Amino acid sequence: MTRTLISQAQIRRGRGRYVYWAALVTVLIVFTLVFIGPLYWMVTGALKSGQEIAQTPPSLFPKHPETKNYADAWNNLNLAKLMFNTFYYAIGAVFFQLVFDTAAAYALSKLRPILGNVVLALMLATLMIPAMVVIVPQYVTAIDLPFVHAGLLDSPWAIWLPLVANAFNIFLLKRFFDSIPEDLIAAAMVDGATPLRTLWSIILPMSRPILGVVSIFAITYVWKDFLWPKLVMPSPETRTLSVGIYAFSGGTPMNVVVAASVIAAIPTVVIFLIFQRNIMSGLTAGSVKG
Amino acid sequence: MATMTSAPETSRRPRVYARPSARTRRGRKLRDNLTGYAFLLGAIFCFALFQWFPMIRGVVMSFQHTRRGVTTWVGFDNFVRIVQDPSFWTAWKNTFYFTGLALVLGYAVPFVVAILLNEFRHFKGYLRILVYLPVMLPPASALFLFKYYAYDPSDAGLFNAVLKFFHLPTSEWMQSPTMTMPAMVIASTWMNMGAAVLIYLAALQNIPGELYEAAELDGAGLLRRIWNVTIPQTRLILALLAMLQIVATMQVFIEPLILANGAGTQDSATSVAYLIYQHGFFQNDLNGAAALGVIMLLVLAAFSAVYVRLTTKQD
Repeated sequence: MTRTLISQAQIRRGRGRYVYWAALVTVLIVFTLVFIGPLYWMVTGALKSGQEIAQTPPSLFPKHPETKNYADAWNNLNLAKLMFNTFYYAIGAVFFQLVFDTAAAYALSKLRPILGNVVLALMLATLMIPAMVVIVPQYVTAIDLPFVHAGLLDSPWAIWLPLVANAFNIFLLKRFFDSIPEDLIAAAMVDGATPLRTLWSIILPMSRPILGVVSIFAITYVWKDFLWPKLVMPSPETRTLSVGIYAFSGGTPMNVVVAASVIAAIPTVVIFLIFQRNIMSGLTAGSVKG
Repeated sequence: MATMTSAPETSRRPRVYARPSARTRRGRKLRDNLTGYAFLLGAIFCFALFQWFPMIRGVVMSFQHTRRGVTTWVGFDNFVRIVQDPSFWTAWKNTFYFTGLALVLGYAVPFVVAILLNEFRHFKGYLRILVYLPVMLPPASALFLFKYYAYDPSDAGLFNAVLKFFHLPTSEWMQSPTMTMPAMVIASTWMNMGAAVLIYLAALQNIPGELYEAAELDGAGLLRRIWNVTIPQTRLILALLAMLQIVATMQVFIEPLILANGAGTQDSATSVAYLIYQHGFFQNDLNGAAALGVIMLLVLAAFSAVYVRLTTKQD
């Protein structure tokens, strides 16, 4: 433990110790209320009846907890189908990002073909382009692909292909591959391994941590994304969870909408609690684009 | 990485006994380049289709007009039409207000929280999980929670109940044109601040402890140490996150869409991004939306230029 703003000695002794513990307990209580409080309110609020949620002052614990709102949300909003869709898009996104982005990062890091740096620069330049600026031309491209003149509306490719164009992933993976010693690759080449074989048998097994980070980010990205899936998945059968809940929110009782929102949030929260170490280290390792 | 250090050391390089002829060398070079591009193909295809091409197409579209499948060049007509839209200036005013308010709240709070969390030696993991948890929620889920439960304008809402408990004046939140923006910024900050806190924490852990030691020996108090050690030492990351936050908040979209049903009470929530969405996907004016996108790009580019100027000047 390196020294921070306040020295260890000051915290350990006398008055400093009381101040430290008082501050810690205060922060623990306040932070729990601020960050878990709304979630508690959300989960228990959806357990209340329509009358109970409208009463003043609101009750801290539901008086007659009922799971009717959750059941209604599950059945009326067809959440099972929406959840399957979202999961399907997320898994596909992981697959295509892992295949194409690792291949590209490997080529840029180890094979280094002619003009590779230009390609990398053009990819990284897309990080500077705000998403809202290109959303209209992206949509126009997705509904009418150039040359083939086919549309991708309601097709999972409309979600998978744009996600491969993720410069942040390429940057993260390339930087990791750069740190793998060149001699290892040379040794494999001498043994007659093809570039594909080298990638598969040497690079990838060493890169498990970073591949995990990329996969988790892909899943949470698809789960959280809203505007793009709303645009390219217009029919009710192909919607994602967030889009489906939003589409139903107008004509559905608010307790049911919140119950649906709780169900939609469970997978990402569970993923976070399991992989929190990887997620947090991945965030601070490559940083910047959230 | 643990796996990396345990990797076998290979110091012996392959020995080349005979120099290959110039022709085979050239042939191999060509083959190596082709192999390299074969690996890049999938990514290049996707970047071209969904990033590089749309970027150019957006600019081209903003100078065109398409009616019944016939596309013509119309010069600056789209820009003129967009600027004359009465919502245009309201949207920019709202967007700048949101960005400014988010800078005051969403930018200062994570830094203070990070400084605070960095001092604690207990419950470190728990506190980090707490702060980052909202980032993992789908924004639509979190915003419905705020819309229906927290910002309920009656006294049954969470925020009003808390305010009442402390005998503070309650608010109409999204029903009130003056509270709409602060309410959206509060929700947005709650959802997004976790990432900034973790990035600041990583930066704070890189500050050498001797600097604090020396400052303390020189008689610098707590605030002085923050001002003279913590802030200068994290200057670059502070500037970078400020820039990223401005770019992100200028594109605010889902908060007005869900919390304020788009425009909000008396147009108090309409943002530029929402206007792009309106023009492009409801008023069937994709060219106008593209023009608005180009305007937004220019404004954000101006911000970036100022940022680059400010950060490079000091060195």
